[in-house]
Amino acid sequence: MSILDVQGFSKQFFVHHLQRQIPAFNEVDFRLHAGEFLLVRGVNGVGKSTLLRCLYRSYLPTAGRAIYHAHAGLIDLACAADVDIAALRRTEIGHVTQFLRARPRVSAIDVVIEPLLSQGHSRAEAHQIAAEWLDAFGLKADIWDAYPSTFSGGEQQKVNLVRALIVPRRLLLLDEPTASLDASARAALVARLAQIKAQGVAMIGVFHHPEDVRDLVDGELHLTNVQVDYVAN
Amino acid sequence: MSLQQLAHPRHDYSYAFLDEFAKRELRRRILKAIAIPGYQVPYASRELPMARGWGTGGLQVTLAAVGPTDTVKVIDQGADDSVNAANLRRFIARMAGVQTTTDVLAATIIQSRHRIPEERLREGQLLVLQVPVPEPLTHVEPSVTRARQMHADADYALIWLELHEQLVRYRTFTGGADYPVVVHGRYLMAPSPIPRWDTPMLHQAAHLTLLSAGREKRLYAVPPYTDVRPIEFEDVHFQVENQAGRVCAQTGAINRFMNEVPQPDGSSRYILSDTGYAAKLVQRAQGEGVEIGATYYDDQGRFYHTGFLHHDD
Amino acid sequence: MMTRPSLDQPRLVRDVPLLQARGLSRRYGAITAIDGVDLSVYRGEVLGIVGESGSGKSTVLRLLNLEEPADAGTYYLDLPGYTDQNLFTMDRYFRRQIQIRHIGIVYQNPYLGLRMRHTSSGNVAERLIMAGERNFGTLRHAAKTALSASEFPLERMDDLPIRLSGGMQQRVQLARALALRPMLLLLDEPTTGLDVSVQALVLDTLARIQRELQIATVIVSHDLGVIRALADRVMVMRHGRVIEHGLTDQILEDPQEAYTQQLVYAKL
Repeated sequence: MSILDVQGFSKQFFVHHLQRQIPAFNEVDFRLHAGEFLLVRGVNGVGKSTLLRCLYRSYLPTAGRAIYHAHAGLIDLACAADVDIAALRRTEIGHVTQFLRARPRVSAIDVVIEPLLSQGHSRAEAHQIAAEWLDAFGLKADIWDAYPSTFSGGEQQKVNLVRALIVPRRLLLLDEPTASLDASARAALVARLAQIKAQGVAMIGVFHHPEDVRDLVDGELHLTNVQVDYVAN
Repeated sequence: MSLQQLAHPRHDYSYAFLDEFAKRELRRRILKAIAIPGYQVPYASRELPMARGWGTGGLQVTLAAVGPTDTVKVIDQGADDSVNAANLRRFIARMAGVQTTTDVLAATIIQSRHRIPEERLREGQLLVLQVPVPEPLTHVEPSVTRARQMHADADYALIWLELHEQLVRYRTFTGGADYPVVVHGRYLMAPSPIPRWDTPMLHQAAHLTLLSAGREKRLYAVPPYTDVRPIEFEDVHFQVENQAGRVCAQTGAINRFMNEVPQPDGSSRYILSDTGYAAKLVQRAQGEGVEIGATYYDDQGRFYHTGFLHHDD
Repeated sequence: MMTRPSLDQPRLVRDVPLLQARGLSRRYGAITAIDGVDLSVYRGEVLGIVGESGSGKSTVLRLLNLEEPADAGTYYLDLPGYTDQNLFTMDRYFRRQIQIRHIGIVYQNPYLGLRMRHTSSGNVAERLIMAGERNFGTLRHAAKTALSASEFPLERMDDLPIRLSGGMQQRVQLARALALRPMLLLLDEPTTGLDVSVQALVLDTLARIQRELQIATVIVSHDLGVIRALADRVMVMRHGRVIEHGLTDQILEDPQEAYTQQLVYAKL
């Protein structure tokens, strides 16, 4: 089943005070099915993260279509209403980045269970699920109640990953999620990704070390400054 | 040129001092006030041969209502013999040619400053209360325009907020005389500075009460048998001044509203505030046959509308 | 800027927005404060309005709070019994009922939102009194509940706001705004003028309350940090018009208009 059809997807930034157009990517086409993993490749600055952000609508795409097959029907992520995008972000599309936006006075466990609570889980239930995840990623139980702003980069990243992955999604946008992880956490992440992929979750990923996810990849998207090549494995 | 030549030639005054047009205007305003219980009706307060603030509001209502067959009683803080009460009484008697009395039962019109008599008024009697500040919202809403809008919307939240603040800060209602009431479930009304002891007397009273402020040019009414409820919380109730333990030094009366009379030795004596009632009690004690009416409170301090006053412990 | 024809018309979200306002306009004499502003807010959603002083953002809030009339425009709240009522053309009495029961507001200037010479608890209780509550015990209890939800120290609940710090005053305002569990919460620069550390705490309280109560919220601020922390969507206003709107992260990370870029880059 197709999840996402991307056609002629392009992005240029226009910086008004420089009166300059800065191109990111141009005319990207690909199709993604449920349970597929698409690896985005290309040299630094070619617009890999930008592509993910355009799909997540943190950036506004300049042209093209990205037809997403939502539970409730087809929708073009390039021009969908903001509230539709917000609803999809809550329920169907996840964006996993390497940066955690820590909030004052919110403990690690509370950061993690928040998406569960907003999905209607009870606190006890959410705690149980969160404990299992945090444990799997090797975050020690004695710091679960501490504020993540005091954590090391690696620990913050673990909290961030658990928060992003704890609620089941249909489409995951992975933006270098392994960047600051130690080997065991990286292994835990890959294991988790394999597990949810098997459940039918589609993924688009940008990885610094693509070999981490070698076994998951179903297709690769090569971004270059001039053209884009879609290579199916 | 002499003063006599400059002055107008002497004319007789109209009956009851005010000219007929003034009395007609007042009567129309009074009818409107009775039709909308508790609503402040503006009127053209006339000049009188006494200063504003000395009962001119009450006096105009009395003069507009009085007729040759009336009997008038005038009291000031319960007393028939204060200078102000005596002056008003003499003026009314002279201008309207009516009988005057100190006995509530004999009076048809009772003009009063700051008290309601202890003996129950009956149907057909008129109580005229002199009012210094007719607007009950003045203390909480200085803007007249906004206060009027609040009356129009029956939005009296600020008054209850005031009660709330009193309870929070002092653990009790601190309002003394002129305790605000709601008339006929609609308008908030200042009952004039009668003590809280007198406030319940307005509720479902047999008589008509007219309240009039000469300086502020407003009059309002409590028609007979109208609900008049002091504002209170469901769980914290309005209370009258505690008269327990006070015995009138002249008459031995208890559970009536007393004046405190400080003594040279630092102690206090109490005497009845209502002098007309006190005089009758004294007469009866001396063996004279005098009719004393039923009172609003009995000797145990119970109010005649059973259950109207709540007693918080 | 590319045209986005379907951007305003949701296809997946079928709920009726709690708030729908169209063509809001307001003039003060010769000055046009706002001109044709459209906005909608869903239950549980936070809409941010940014713009410099004089852009008309506070005027929008005053109109939404029914404090003053609009010269043109319609304003609907999806409330039982009022669904099809343009609130601007409704009777003053009913407008006030809606304002009391369904709209809460926190002003930048606590003098606008609080009675400085009444107790803090009284300020909160007033909302319930306005709605007809006449039981002192209930009022006390409700004030305590609302104040503690705003993380106000209860031992100070009977202090006068004038003796409280700025952060505490905002908490009293918030408790007062939320005492009746309104459907719509309006925040006018709620943390401007507070110390940075206090600001963070107040923001945190706002975020938690928003999460727990799922109120529809409109927050006006010129502080993009505040908007980023609270808002789901953002409207950028200039000279009384909306020049750009979008998801918060999109507006802050990929602003389209020259003015918005200037606003955002000036911050970074």
